[in-house]
Amino acid sequence: MQPVIFEQRTDQIRRTATGEDFAIACNRDSLAGAVSQRACVFCGSRVVLYPIADALHLVHGPIGCAAYTWDIRGALSSGPELHRLSFSTDLREKDVIFGGEKKLEAALNELIDRHEPKAAFVYSTCIVGIIGDDLQAVCKKVAAQKGIPVIPVMSEGFKGNKRAGYEAACQAMMRLVGTGDVSGIPPMSINILGDFNLAGEIWIIKEYYERMGVRVVATITGDGRVDDLRRAHGAALNVVQCSGATMDLARMMQSEHGTPFLRASYFGIEDMSKALYDVARFFKDQDPGMMERTAALVQEELAVLLPELKKIRADLEGRTAAIYVGGAFKAFSLVKSFRHLGMRVAVVGSQTGTEEDYKELAAITDEGTIIVDDSNPLELSQFIKEMDVDIFVGGVKERPIAYKLGVGFCDHNHERKEALEGFAGMLNFAREVHRTVTSPVWRFTPRRRGSVARTMRKEAVS
Amino acid sequence: MCKPLGAALAFMGIEGCVPFLHGSQGCATYMRRYVISHFREPVDIASSALGEKSAIHGGGPNLKLGLLNVMKKYGAGVIGVASTCLTETIGDDVSMLVKEFRKEFADLPLPEVVHVATPSYGGTQAEGFQAALRAVADQLAEDRRTSPQINVLPGFVSCEDIRHLKDVFEHFGLDAAILPDYSERLDAPAQADYVKISEGGLPVSRIKAMGGARASIEFGRTLDPAKTAGGLLAERFGVPLYSLGMPVGLRETDAFFAVLEELSGRAAPRRHELARGRLVDAYVDGHKYLSGKTAVIYGEEDMAVGLASFLAEIGVRPLLVASGGESGRLTRAVSEVTADILREPPEVRQGVDFYEIAARARELSPDLVIGNSKGYRVLARDLNVPLIRVGFPIHDRFGAQRVQHLGYAGAQVLFDRIVNAVIDRKQTDSDIGYGYI
Repeated sequence: MQPVIFEQRTDQIRRTATGEDFAIACNRDSLAGAVSQRACVFCGSRVVLYPIADALHLVHGPIGCAAYTWDIRGALSSGPELHRLSFSTDLREKDVIFGGEKKLEAALNELIDRHEPKAAFVYSTCIVGIIGDDLQAVCKKVAAQKGIPVIPVMSEGFKGNKRAGYEAACQAMMRLVGTGDVSGIPPMSINILGDFNLAGEIWIIKEYYERMGVRVVATITGDGRVDDLRRAHGAALNVVQCSGATMDLARMMQSEHGTPFLRASYFGIEDMSKALYDVARFFKDQDPGMMERTAALVQEELAVLLPELKKIRADLEGRTAAIYVGGAFKAFSLVKSFRHLGMRVAVVGSQTGTEEDYKELAAITDEGTIIVDDSNPLELSQFIKEMDVDIFVGGVKERPIAYKLGVGFCDHNHERKEALEGFAGMLNFAREVHRTVTSPVWRFTPRRRGSVARTMRKEAVS
Repeated sequence: MCKPLGAALAFMGIEGCVPFLHGSQGCATYMRRYVISHFREPVDIASSALGEKSAIHGGGPNLKLGLLNVMKKYGAGVIGVASTCLTETIGDDVSMLVKEFRKEFADLPLPEVVHVATPSYGGTQAEGFQAALRAVADQLAEDRRTSPQINVLPGFVSCEDIRHLKDVFEHFGLDAAILPDYSERLDAPAQADYVKISEGGLPVSRIKAMGGARASIEFGRTLDPAKTAGGLLAERFGVPLYSLGMPVGLRETDAFFAVLEELSGRAAPRRHELARGRLVDAYVDGHKYLSGKTAVIYGEEDMAVGLASFLAEIGVRPLLVASGGESGRLTRAVSEVTADILREPPEVRQGVDFYEIAARARELSPDLVIGNSKGYRVLARDLNVPLIRVGFPIHDRFGAQRVQHLGYAGAQVLFDRIVNAVIDRKQTDSDIGYGYI
């Protein structure tokens, strides 16, 4: 049996060991032929901008790019749902030869007349980068005619990885920020960045902040609105979730509008509480009662959550998990969350982590944990088997790898339809882990059948 | 969807084959994600993962490195390379690059490398699927001595359909080489280990033997033999081609069985006669639930034609048959299969998107819609009518691989589902909530 690790990738895989300096290679182009789980620049920008519900999202490219991203995410809107349609200029052969600018202009005009969006985002794809359509010029022209912002998103697929797409998205959003009226925004106000309202999660978070006495100006981009983005610079603070997606926007807003930012994660007990306390601390001079209200809120929520977790934990104690997600920041929260369930994380990796991220992961995981950057099915399946984990946390592409090996799975990616953020989300997460890990089906899978039979024999003997 | 996706699926039907997209990483990842949600199976599609430099200087080095990696780590016997819009436009000559690859690494045990040009802007997934099969036949089939093999080119059907076809040929005592055969590869059993290349698929030796086969059977009334594997095998090797409609429903299956009887020289085995008889019996038992009902059909052209034929014969009037495909043959094919039952053929729209289909469907207000999952929100939910999910993709229901469309058995499954959908709607909408309907 040949080893499954590509020689070119050995320095992107590490096992933690105490007392050793941790180093890992990352932020490289994916290896040709390695079946990376990563997508592309276009994907990165689409993920970030897509939840803006009253904007028109037009993919300038062949039909596939739009079809594959049509309504696959669980980003909910409390109002308009224009974002759930995936418009495409459907480039054909003759457009590639003669250029697609006319087609793009016609599509924009038709769609803007038909749907009357507040703004339009035009995503460029690989092919547009190659044939050299002048997106900027077309967008400018249509914007002038229609009187709405028409914003090009420079997201040619081959120009890097998902991370480059995040940057393109942030640059696109930055063209809106600062163009709206900020009157009426109270001093204790924030923007929520980097949350996409999957399964309505942003509504949970927003409610927490509002209970504390903080007004949320813009949710970027979950349940997002163009007008909110325009006035986002009126907020006192940006709270940024996730390791990469909207960090660039926070930085740009800081340098251009002086808006400070702090980072947050809404997953798990510690990180969720910290996200609230950090904001309370930021406003404590203006509102001395806020810390108290926040503590009360956290206590109230934990009083409901902890007894439930205790029951679940009894069944999960000592089990192990593997994590492979898009951004590494989420992985930190997951490692801590599993600890609350009495579980150990034996494998953890991400598509786009930085060296700092991986160092942090090495620091918070147990000795012997496998840490991996930009992995692929062969490696992931090997790690799962080797560590004999009970559950794998990932996205839809990772699901069949787990299931084929007789391992439970939890979808913790953009496509999830179950709210996992906040205290309520932690309970949902615990229940989902419990549901899959304790299912009787695993005892029938070929890989487990032997070991279950052995355990039963052992128990019968003793 | 897009052309390389169809090619990747076709390549999955070859034993030991890893599909490989020559383009940027995203294409392969998106397509894997899309296919996984339908089949719920691991689908490893490799990519040459081109970056900006390759886009400028050409993707040759990455293609070769990628082929080498897939060969080494997956142990692929065949690599099916499909180009993408990116590599077609920067002008990569895949055929030449593959030749160079073979020469450069001649000392290694190289896999078969089949390549097909599938720029996404050049057609639909169905066309990519057919183009890949033609490329496979073109690059692998050899002129061999006559074999009893029958080449079966069923088109893009479900795993269950392929399994059913295997059974049917076996019952007739015919040796079928089904291309593609992803019935095992994309619907594999639970395994003890992660299998790098799922088992199953048509072996390369059988593909090579296609040139000497007794006959080819190709399903699809909108296909142009000048662009299909069946057409190529007929032209180059003189293999007689039976070009049939997709055997959906009674009459199209009858036509298929007539060919099987001719090729095997025997009458249909009793089990199929019984299945046919039961189907007609069910048609009678259920006719009143359906008679006079209307439907909108959408999806890939050949499946849509089969469904139009089937609906017409069970008394459901297809009002509109719509497809994103643009073969130019859809109108004629639909009128051919419905002519002897419907007074006038249904309206046919080709090259349309869901917005246009939905707009027309609202005017027609059908009793049900039939097609893939993509029509749920914009058609079925909006019109408040049942959606019978068939074809690809089905990612909002469970068991897509096991949806059966073909043969008497497939017609039986579809018929029962349609009748039950109508009964369910009647029951739900009823003020009384009848327990017996």
